[in-house]
Amino acid sequence: MIIDMKYEDIVGEYKEVSLELYHSGVRKILYTEIETPYPDGKLIVSTTNPDGIITHVNQSFVEMSGYTEQELVGEPHSILRHPDMPSAAFQDLWDTVRKGDKWQGFVKNLRKDGGYYWVKAVVIPNFRNGRLVAYSSIRRKPSRTKVDESIRLYSTMF
Amino acid sequence: MSFLFTVSPDFTPDHLPGWYIFNSWLQKKTNLAIHLEIYNDFKGQREAILSDSVDLIYANPFDATMLVREKGFQPLVKAFGEADEVMIVTSVKNSVEEVVQLEKGIKIAFTEDPSVFMIGSILIEPSDLNETDINPFLLDTYVLVAKSLIKGEADVGFFLAEAFDSLSPLIKKKLKILVRSQIDVIHHSLMIGPELLNKKTVILKELVEMDGNEKGQGVLNSLGFTGWHEINENEMEFMIDLMDTLVT
Ligand SMILES: Cc1cc2nc3c(=O)[nH]c(=O)nc-3n(C[C@H](O)[C@H](O)[C@H](O)COP(=O)(O)O)c2cc1C
Repeated sequence: MIIDMKYEDIVGEYKEVSLELYHSGVRKILYTEIETPYPDGKLIVSTTNPDGIITHVNQSFVEMSGYTEQELVGEPHSILRHPDMPSAAFQDLWDTVRKGDKWQGFVKNLRKDGGYYWVKAVVIPNFRNGRLVAYSSIRRKPSRTKVDESIRLYSTMF
Repeated sequence: MSFLFTVSPDFTPDHLPGWYIFNSWLQKKTNLAIHLEIYNDFKGQREAILSDSVDLIYANPFDATMLVREKGFQPLVKAFGEADEVMIVTSVKNSVEEVVQLEKGIKIAFTEDPSVFMIGSILIEPSDLNETDINPFLLDTYVLVAKSLIKGEADVGFFLAEAFDSLSPLIKKKLKILVRSQIDVIHHSLMIGPELLNKKTVILKELVEMDGNEKGQGVLNSLGFTGWHEINENEMEFMIDLMDTLVT
């Protein structure tokens, strides 16, 4: 299960949808058209357990997502899932990291306040003594060209 | 038998005497014969590492990955509050104000420091420049990088932030910072090699207690540090994982 979004958290005019998540059931999503630009020079870092439950986030993650660290740790990573992201992208992410490979892609993420931000994400499996213990992801600032390409591509994937 | 200690060649030149002072202090505290060898460049140091001559090293994050994975090194400590941050810098005369304004064909001055080049490349990615779009200009020192920008021989330079900060005010006045990374979790580490591992506990104890007395504080001061934190293996693995996600 995953917590629904709350009307009182939303900033600006919003739309409402029910989003079917593959791993966590249905979530009520409230989203706006307000973009938060990716800050220059920062990396957004998070780690999950093998099931995709968040175990660690850095300060930039907290600032960009709008959630507190306490709200994030213990939640599924799909707490950031934006309705404009095609589920095939995340299917590909999971297929890739489960094979032990590195996944890269451009992701539109959903903020607690309903807004969004684009990132260039890399996700890798973390092994200790040959055993999978976690997944981690680092996001960096994407170029506008790549974001525009992704917007076009993702809109054809529904 | 004497052990070999070396320092990643990206240290601030002002701190060179400090590393010799630190080495004397360490020898006295541990009763070990340790020889400090400073290599002029990354290539010389890399060769020493590959031939298994190094026992103790203040390593940049890039080398740390290789030292742990391939050479059986373990982390000891990191300096309080120190992180490897990178800056993209240009001349004040350059009209560019933001990384995204950088254009194809720009000439980038940098030193051989592998971590800095890696992070620098990530910092310019938002401008859609890839390796084939830039004209690399390799120089020996950060002072030369600064001068090449002032003279207009290069368009932008990659700096280790600490190296930029230690440039003279006169030089800094002629330069403009486009971006400074705020990564926080990537840092240099003092690391110990297989031959010295049986002394790890002793060395570690001396290091973490070093800021507790005046003598130790003086030595730290000559390195520009205030103290050492122990790095546990988990933390090190975490940093290595981060480095892995950054190299594309
Ligand atoms: C380390 C890691 C980081 C992830 N980061 C994100 C992210 O930033 N945004 C996102 O929507 N999904 C992210 N995911 C994918 C989610 O786990 C999830 O698959 C996705 O949000 C879609 O939800 P669903 O798979 O339940 O349908 C990440 C997964 C892992 C393993």
